[in-house]
Amino acid sequence: MSTGMTSKKVQAGTTEARWIRYSLIGLALTFMFLFLVLPLAAVFTEALRKGLDAYLEALQEPDAWSAIRLTLITAAIAVPMNLVFGVAAAWAIAKYEFKGKSVLTTLVDLPFSVSPVVAGLIYVLMFGAQGWFGPWLQAHDIKIIFAVPGIILATVFVTFPFIARELIPLMQAQGNDEEQAAIVLGATGWQTFWYVTLPNIKWGLIYGVILCNARAMGEFGAVSVVSGHIRGQTNTMPLHVEILYNEYQSVAAFAVASLLALLALVTLVIKSVIEWQHDKDMKASADTPPERPLASTPDALA
Amino acid sequence: MKKLTRIALAATLALSGLAASAQTLLNASYDVAREFYKDYNAAFVANYKKTTGKDIKIDQAHGGSSAQARAVNDGLDADVVTMNTTTDVDFLASTGVVAKDWNKRFAHNAAPTTSTMLFLTRNGNPKGIKDWDDLVKPGIKVIVVNPKTGGNGRMAYLAAWGFVKKKGGSDADAADFVGKLYKNVPVLAKGGRDATTIFLQRNIGDVLVTFESEVVSVDNEFGAGKVDAVHPSISIVAENPVAVVERTVAKKGTAALAKAYLDYLYSDEAQEIAAKHALRPRNPAILKKYASTFKPIQLFTVNEVFGSFADAQKVHFNDGGQFDKIYTVK
Amino acid sequence: MTSLPIAAPAKRRTPAKVLPGFNLTLGFTIFYLSLIVLIPLSALLFKTFTLTWDQFVTAVTGPRVMASYRLTFGASLIAALVNVFFGLLVAWVLVRYDFFGKKIVDALVDLPFALPTAVAGISLTALLAGNGWVGQYLEPMGIVLAFNPNGVVIALIFIGLPFVVRTVQPVLEDTEKELEEAATCLGATRWQTFSKVIFPSVAPALLTGFAMAFARAIGEYGSVIFIAGNMPMISEITPLIIIGKLEQYDYAGATAVALVMLVVSFVLLLVINALQTWQRRRSGAPA
Repeated sequence: MSTGMTSKKVQAGTTEARWIRYSLIGLALTFMFLFLVLPLAAVFTEALRKGLDAYLEALQEPDAWSAIRLTLITAAIAVPMNLVFGVAAAWAIAKYEFKGKSVLTTLVDLPFSVSPVVAGLIYVLMFGAQGWFGPWLQAHDIKIIFAVPGIILATVFVTFPFIARELIPLMQAQGNDEEQAAIVLGATGWQTFWYVTLPNIKWGLIYGVILCNARAMGEFGAVSVVSGHIRGQTNTMPLHVEILYNEYQSVAAFAVASLLALLALVTLVIKSVIEWQHDKDMKASADTPPERPLASTPDALA
Repeated sequence: MKKLTRIALAATLALSGLAASAQTLLNASYDVAREFYKDYNAAFVANYKKTTGKDIKIDQAHGGSSAQARAVNDGLDADVVTMNTTTDVDFLASTGVVAKDWNKRFAHNAAPTTSTMLFLTRNGNPKGIKDWDDLVKPGIKVIVVNPKTGGNGRMAYLAAWGFVKKKGGSDADAADFVGKLYKNVPVLAKGGRDATTIFLQRNIGDVLVTFESEVVSVDNEFGAGKVDAVHPSISIVAENPVAVVERTVAKKGTAALAKAYLDYLYSDEAQEIAAKHALRPRNPAILKKYASTFKPIQLFTVNEVFGSFADAQKVHFNDGGQFDKIYTVK
Repeated sequence: MTSLPIAAPAKRRTPAKVLPGFNLTLGFTIFYLSLIVLIPLSALLFKTFTLTWDQFVTAVTGPRVMASYRLTFGASLIAALVNVFFGLLVAWVLVRYDFFGKKIVDALVDLPFALPTAVAGISLTALLAGNGWVGQYLEPMGIVLAFNPNGVVIALIFIGLPFVVRTVQPVLEDTEKELEEAATCLGATRWQTFSKVIFPSVAPALLTGFAMAFARAIGEYGSVIFIAGNMPMISEITPLIIIGKLEQYDYAGATAVALVMLVVSFVLLLVINALQTWQRRRSGAPA
């Protein structure tokens, strides 16, 4: 076969006919529009119903600011904790075979299916005044529930599986080969992880962190149970949204809600920047000539 | 996390050191009371400074009444609770968090304000809804709060039941009436705010049964004239009980301050603030002064018809009770 | 084989422990899992034990509770299945094609997570109610999507979508074009290439995404409660039953129902995960 014909056939084989492509894109976009764009538009419409001034005013309230601060602190602590766990769990589950792997994976998934109210409830049952550690905590005047530590705990629980479950299928699909090669070539475990595995799972990791972060900032039910709702102290942004809504301040409520949506979009912008930077690096390294091409020539030839 | 606990501990200690100079009171209250307590707290702080010369700070924690009660029970360090349902304070009494005789510690059953249930209809009352009887007519759609999830809903149910009993009907008549009423309910709202949203923004239903105090909020948010407030012939007294949380004040030493805070709710200034927020004051003079908001209406108490709130809760709202029977017994 | 020592190393060199760090990572995983998840969840167990067996049975098998199980698990299943189909579609479109506004669409996928569940619920209700942007066209046609089980399914589709998309996306990005090209050279049609080469490699990720979306949908409260209607026996979800019990201060009853939900979810997820492992092994993917 001539080169021209091969490449045309290969191209036809690796991508769909144009009409299929366009209808798939159209279908996906319609679905996204109905299920994602419209609700988002509804949030902004409600937020701006009384004009831009009311919108900005709602965001300048001191209670709103302490809520924003608390949300950011909570996410800043919960996400790294789950990141470390996620990587460790994914490594253990994806790179090895052992009995009970399915059970472990399912246990990691479990926090997803626990209703948020129950998620908060279990920490109350443990650390609340009537709970297991309640009397001890009261005696030492340590506040976990109805204070910031409890909120962080509940958030960690709810976002527990995100990063792990992002990485596991990815690492499973990638297999062991490259890591084994690295070990054979003399790398230590850490070096293997850092230089071989990490670059491979980069995108899964980034997606996982983004999801985890978005959920950590948006979590409502579990935090609602453990927070105590002390104004200006233990209200996160989602809780603040509920308060505003219940007080018939729906414009302010949706304003803060739109802020949450924007915060999530910001993390995605960051991801896009990283992506773009990565593409630039890739292109740059593809364009540079190989380093010291003659250095690999054995002495025998010299 | 351990570091954070230590920070929290240090902060608490620092704050309690500060407390010696400016005491802090935490008031655990129900959702819609925020505006009222914002005004009341300002008045109380000013008055306290005038009478004792001391500065104090008041923190508010608002949530669903039962959710807040559960939180206080589970360790939320509130100095006082100001609820909108009696059973919530009864629960705290049963676990020893508030005194067993809490409702004798302050006047009027320890309820400085009350509210009642009334109807909101569309502007002009097109369906001509005047009284409870009109709610069970075929084709009328009623919006109420789910009694399982909100005090507002429980009060509406008890008011409907009480209406039949006060007219001379038997328990069976009341059960029948209430059954018909809830068959006319297309959606059970999660809470008071949710019910209003369903009625006014989703435009579902012909009549909304809710607290009298919600009407002011409705007018503020949606504009006056959108709804007509209809007072039925008879309705129920919904007390707003208050109590000191003994467990907390013992630890913090704020017993005197807490009592003063709750006592002041009965003062003229506070009762006037309450009236402005559509909460029925106990003070008869102020009640008369705001007669346009608080139209005269025949009222019955929970105890009159049901013996006690705890009994009503057990018979009607607990699982397997009367309310459940409406749906599970065909 | 002779008794040469060569045989012995061959038996020891199982792929399981070639890579270092097994004990460390597994140990840490189990430690963290126990601390954050298992021990707190056991509090559910212990609280429920304060009930007698009869009380337990009454609490978890009442007619309203049973109706709520049907709704919760049924709607979650339907929503997760819809998300599998559309999630794969969206992931495919995002990875394989270029079109105007792709980056924005990519960003939007995470929206259901960022929005507090209550806000999502209120917005969806506003859209689908009789006077909403969408509802006003559908209701005259007799399609009612709010305040009934249909609304529940829609809300659950909304909150489950990111799971499938974000789980499949990295795997799709990772698939090698060479395999597809080889298949084409060997004479496969596009559909055959898709179904026999590409799909098996994303199927495990798809199953994972399905499991996650399903699990999440079961426990969901905030986004569903506004659109559900909450009519006992018809449109009441199980989390609402749990809240109802807490409102009566029946902690033990609430934990009993929560425990039932937990056990059923655990079993369902276990089955899905085991299925995924079996499927991966069958398709010969590396361990």
